[in-house]
Amino acid sequence: MKAVLVLEDGTYFTGESFGEDGETMGEVVFNTCMTGYQEISTDPSYNGQIVTMTYPLIGNYGFNTDDNESYKTHVEGFIVKELCDSPNNWRNSIHPDEYFKKNNIVGIKGIDTRALTQHIRQFGSMFGIISTLSGNVDILLEKLESRKKISRNLVMEVSTKETIHKPAKGKKVALMDFGVKYNIMRSLEQRGCDTFILPADTSCEEILKFNPDGILLSNGPGDPRDLPAIIENIKKLIGIRPIFGICLGHQLLGLALGLDIYKLKFGHHGGNHPVKDLNTGRCYITSQNHNYAIDTRMSPDIKDNITITHMNVNDNTVEGFKHNTLPVLSIQYHPEAAPGPEDSDYIFDQFMEMMG
Amino acid sequence: MPIRKDIKKALVIGSGPIIIGQAAEFDYSGTQACRSLREEGLEVILINSNPATIMTDSETADKIYIEPITLDFVKKIILKEKPDGILASLGGQTGLNMAVQLSLDGILDEMGIELLGTSLQSIEKAEDRELFKKTMQEIDEKIAVSSIVKSLEDGIRFTEKIGFPIIIRPAYTLGGSGGGIAKDMDEFKYICKTGLKLSMINQVLVEQSLAGWKEIEYEVMRDAADNCIVVCNMENVDPVGIHTGDSIVVAPSQTLSDVEYQLLRTASLKIIRALDIKGGCNIQFALNPHSYEYVVIEVNPRVSRSSALASKATGYPIARVAAKIAVGLNLDEIKNSVTKNTYACFEPSLDYIVTKVPRWPFDKFTTADRKLGTQMKATGEVMAIGRTFEESLLKAIDSLDVKLNYQLGLKLFDNKSRDELLETIKTPGDEHIFAICKALQKGVPVEKITDITKMDIFFVKKLQNIVKVAQEVKNAGIAWLDYELYLKAKKTGFGDSYIANLVNVPLDTILELKDKFPIDPVYKIVDTCAGEFEAVTPYYYSTYESKDEVVVSGRKKVLVIGSGPIRIGQGIEFDYCSVHSASTLKALGYESIIINNNPETVSTDFDTSDKLYFEPLTKECVLDVIHKEKPLGIVVQFGGQTAINLAETLNKEGVRILGTSVESIDIAEDRDKFLKLLDELDIPIPKGDTAFSFEQARQIANRIGYPVLVRPSYVLGGRAMEIVYDDTMLEEYMDLAVEISSKHPVLIDEYITGKEIEVDGICDGSDVLIPAIMEHIERAGVHSGDSIAVYPPRTLDEGIKNTIVQYTNKLAKALKVIGLFNIQFVMDENNKVYVIEVNPRASRTIPVISKITGIPMVNVATKLLMGDTLLNLGYKPGLVKESKFIAVKAPVFSFSKLKTVDTFLGPEMKSTGEVMGVDQDYHFALYKALLASGLNIPSDGNVLLSVANRDKKDCIEAANRLSTLGFNLFATEDTYFYLNGVGIEVELVPNDDILPGLKNDRFNLVINTPTKGKIPEHLGFMIRRTAMEFNIPCLTSLDTTKAVLEVLAHIINKQDTEVYALDEYSEWDGLTV
Repeated sequence: MKAVLVLEDGTYFTGESFGEDGETMGEVVFNTCMTGYQEISTDPSYNGQIVTMTYPLIGNYGFNTDDNESYKTHVEGFIVKELCDSPNNWRNSIHPDEYFKKNNIVGIKGIDTRALTQHIRQFGSMFGIISTLSGNVDILLEKLESRKKISRNLVMEVSTKETIHKPAKGKKVALMDFGVKYNIMRSLEQRGCDTFILPADTSCEEILKFNPDGILLSNGPGDPRDLPAIIENIKKLIGIRPIFGICLGHQLLGLALGLDIYKLKFGHHGGNHPVKDLNTGRCYITSQNHNYAIDTRMSPDIKDNITITHMNVNDNTVEGFKHNTLPVLSIQYHPEAAPGPEDSDYIFDQFMEMMG
Repeated sequence: MPIRKDIKKALVIGSGPIIIGQAAEFDYSGTQACRSLREEGLEVILINSNPATIMTDSETADKIYIEPITLDFVKKIILKEKPDGILASLGGQTGLNMAVQLSLDGILDEMGIELLGTSLQSIEKAEDRELFKKTMQEIDEKIAVSSIVKSLEDGIRFTEKIGFPIIIRPAYTLGGSGGGIAKDMDEFKYICKTGLKLSMINQVLVEQSLAGWKEIEYEVMRDAADNCIVVCNMENVDPVGIHTGDSIVVAPSQTLSDVEYQLLRTASLKIIRALDIKGGCNIQFALNPHSYEYVVIEVNPRVSRSSALASKATGYPIARVAAKIAVGLNLDEIKNSVTKNTYACFEPSLDYIVTKVPRWPFDKFTTADRKLGTQMKATGEVMAIGRTFEESLLKAIDSLDVKLNYQLGLKLFDNKSRDELLETIKTPGDEHIFAICKALQKGVPVEKITDITKMDIFFVKKLQNIVKVAQEVKNAGIAWLDYELYLKAKKTGFGDSYIANLVNVPLDTILELKDKFPIDPVYKIVDTCAGEFEAVTPYYYSTYESKDEVVVSGRKKVLVIGSGPIRIGQGIEFDYCSVHSASTLKALGYESIIINNNPETVSTDFDTSDKLYFEPLTKECVLDVIHKEKPLGIVVQFGGQTAINLAETLNKEGVRILGTSVESIDIAEDRDKFLKLLDELDIPIPKGDTAFSFEQARQIANRIGYPVLVRPSYVLGGRAMEIVYDDTMLEEYMDLAVEISSKHPVLIDEYITGKEIEVDGICDGSDVLIPAIMEHIERAGVHSGDSIAVYPPRTLDEGIKNTIVQYTNKLAKALKVIGLFNIQFVMDENNKVYVIEVNPRASRTIPVISKITGIPMVNVATKLLMGDTLLNLGYKPGLVKESKFIAVKAPVFSFSKLKTVDTFLGPEMKSTGEVMGVDQDYHFALYKALLASGLNIPSDGNVLLSVANRDKKDCIEAANRLSTLGFNLFATEDTYFYLNGVGIEVELVPNDDILPGLKNDRFNLVINTPTKGKIPEHLGFMIRRTAMEFNIPCLTSLDTTKAVLEVLAHIINKQDTEVYALDEYSEWDGLTV
């Protein structure tokens, strides 16, 4: 079946549909990971986004029951050059086309994904619509415009509705679920943490009721500046308990500390970004998925409190910071990997140390 | 850490001649390394015995020594140059082994010279099986159940414990020499014994066979600060069991999930850290296709063939970065030369699929065992880039440049039944993939194929996709081949010639279709980052999609056609020529564009030319690039026969061929036209005629008089050219190898036993410059590529030289040659000179001549192509004054890798590489060349003589010399009686004792000249092969023998040899006018 992708600037790509028929809209971003499409499709951070994979063959090792990063898929749509019709891997249990159908994801294949990627690189990430219903660009653009006006609370859409307890004998961690990836939970589990997964809007008081040894602010979708209540909440927690922020959690932590955030032109989405740990001088290859970054320009009073700990070697954006006096650890990229390199597992150990 | 200040001068060790398992990739990595170090301000000294390399050019290093890479010679250079450090990890296994030898020798400690990059301890940890095993155990990485074996008895004990099949890998060899898989005790005993002998340290590893597991490779880099990155991972399409050099390899891996990818990535980082490697290394894993279980197969603690492939596949310059790490820089301090504004500390992301296909020499070695196993047999490889697996595989196969119909529907298998095909694919050989496709085409289910081959079903289904589209095109025929279907075929990756074959029309019919169906490829950039950052690399591949990324400049452009994969007869020398031509064009202000598909070479480095198109060298693909770029002309004379073969067909399309015209090329290549031209010019040529039947052939042969040189005009998977001594041999040859008919005649030439002479010249259409005349040590009948050639000629008097110069002038002018040409002569006993052939293109000897005379031949020729004249460039026409230095070019063979190939030398070329020996003294130059070629002639011991009847007389002299030198003479029956009869003291070796004698080290040297063809049952063949298997030097020509014995006599009597740098060779100041 025919499908079309229309971007908000009027650029369109025609291809064939896969997965569910229909229409879907979202911010179009690209991801440069060569493997890990299942993890990406189930990463809640992609809520509201249509993901195009730069690697041209997707579905090659099929889908399985283990590699999900949350309880369901979150991408609004999926764009690939080729969806593999002959997947193979010993864990493969679902055919790619069936997987997308089952998860109601509208996908488009057979388009020049490199051309699309270069377009986004040049003009920045933008909204797009995939449709199998109409090829009329004007009609689709209209739909896109009206959808853009509707504001969504992306975090609340993906966050757990109620507290989940993963009991264990170790440190007690309050994990704020802004759209947490399973591998963050697994990383805590591996370290014996007694984890409470809390809804994103859990108040400071309720969090402290659990008497956690530390608080982990998870990754999640969207613009952190849309979450003023949560930022206020975090402000109250800083200094009270050790806090560790990852990705969206890191940005929220930054905002709570008075740092500024800006939107990157097309974000970082991939598994090959070099990050320098400024403390050791060592470089790590990291897994990344974010559209916003912390501004290095800080007012003098904030500058005194904050030390940038990690920088991106490619574009010198902030990849991590700590507070000079308070127990605050904050990392922009994904130390939990999945997909991507496992080099930064040590960050979780730092969190453990911080909790004492 | 910033660059080390204490290392000011570094010695880089090259990899020597091209052999199977160690090819052009080390010229690429060595050249990059030298440039990289000089960029950092170091003085670079280089040793490499292979003259046909860019790395041995004066522009690459500060001082270049083309000397044998032996402990003795490297020490001489060290003493002369006193470097601060040695970089050995970029010269393949040769470089690494030399580093070990130098360290053990103590000279490094004595002189305070540091081994740069990876330390000796690390090399040993990776290379010594026992240490490696221990290191892996320490970090909990599994290796296959295995045992180090130092004797056959040990080995047998091990096999009794674990059963068969068992893999045997000798320690410290390259390309897996001497290894193999044994299925039973007899096989085991044989492989184990030869392996022990071939290993530098008499160790072999015997291990459980992991047949059927996935073979995955990781290219890893690490710096002194412990930063590690993975440049690329690769998956072998063939499961474990076939040497990775002989496997079709895909990058990135295709059947691994992220979990498995990261599992092996994390293991790779752990391993490179445990081995404390500083630089690059290659790690091979076997991964169980049904679980997370994996084992480490091996680690190469150096830049390897796979790293060259990974560099070209990703755009990440591994060798360049490894060299910088070796002198102290860290990954985050080294600029990424692709993006220019990011750093080397990142992992490339690919948005395309790369396929490498090996190029095997079985078109030349028709009697070779074509089965593939743990011992590498390919001489070269091609790489192709596509946006789908199908596209990249099909493009790679098109790049192989094999004369037969090698597309996936290989006709060879047409008449085989399904059962026969299934039988064929049980034992993988060079045509494995074609047999599988044919089986799929004949309806064999995919599961049946994976069952037999253990190939991942993913790949088999991909092949099935190709087969299905091929079938669709075939069914449609030319009548129904519409736009949609044609587009589908193009998008799948089908070349037009494949489509033409499928619908059974000439290629041009399909090319004309393009006017009707406006389908053009687009070109995309290889940028290391999947489009995430803006890249400046002018490195392109074609595909059928929407957006083209080529920016066509308004400059004047010239397209240089490369030479494709390294194969016997077309080696690295043509890459050398292509690179020089491109850089000359650049210097002249033209935009130089290279099209080529060999991932191992310097020509496919993206900064060699202004633009690089990584494409098959087919008419279609070259024309596509021409249509895109609209160059003012194309250069075909430097890309070997591959490029020359394209000249006529491209010229017909209106493409301007720069240099010698297509008509002249045709005259040189068309036998009848050539004979006519020589007749007109009154230049003698051996008598010859064309036969259309056996009877006619017999008559012609008898009329000309035996021996004759016979060659078919059409090769049918059989022998090509042979010298035939009588009617019986002629009959045998005709029966076995040739299809003779009115359509396929056989050419029969007078075979003149005499001195072979060759000339490389440069002509601007009116004047001719002859930089050198070379003479061959072996008489005509041994292919010029296999003979030892000497410059300047030692035995030619002025009169003969004048005749040669005169013929050369006449021929070049008559053919209106513009650029390079090569002429082969033969001189008979009466000093009459005949022309054998003219090649209106660069020849194999161009690098040798350029280096010894100091005349940059390709540079000059390129300028002539662009319209300049010799006089204007300051070159006085005629024969250039001979240099004081003597250069000897010696061939290098890879027989140990190719079982069942006869090692005798004949008119068909067999060598895979060459070396050069240079000295002021002829015997020393010859000595150096022989030594560098790996011929380890003992200075005394037992010699076995066994020569053909026609050689018996000449054998007397050799026998006398041998006994004067102190050898004990032994001979086989006929030779014994002959020598005994003329009073030479010699011991008889009965036929039954010959082979056991060889196997048990009774003989140290064998001299055997062939009697008849190459029939494996013959005793002579058995002697030559057994000598080869057991590493006993075996000379198959009495001419070579004579030269070798002269050297032995000479070096015993003379003092030590000197080493000379390239800039000492020639006093010539660049101009002759």
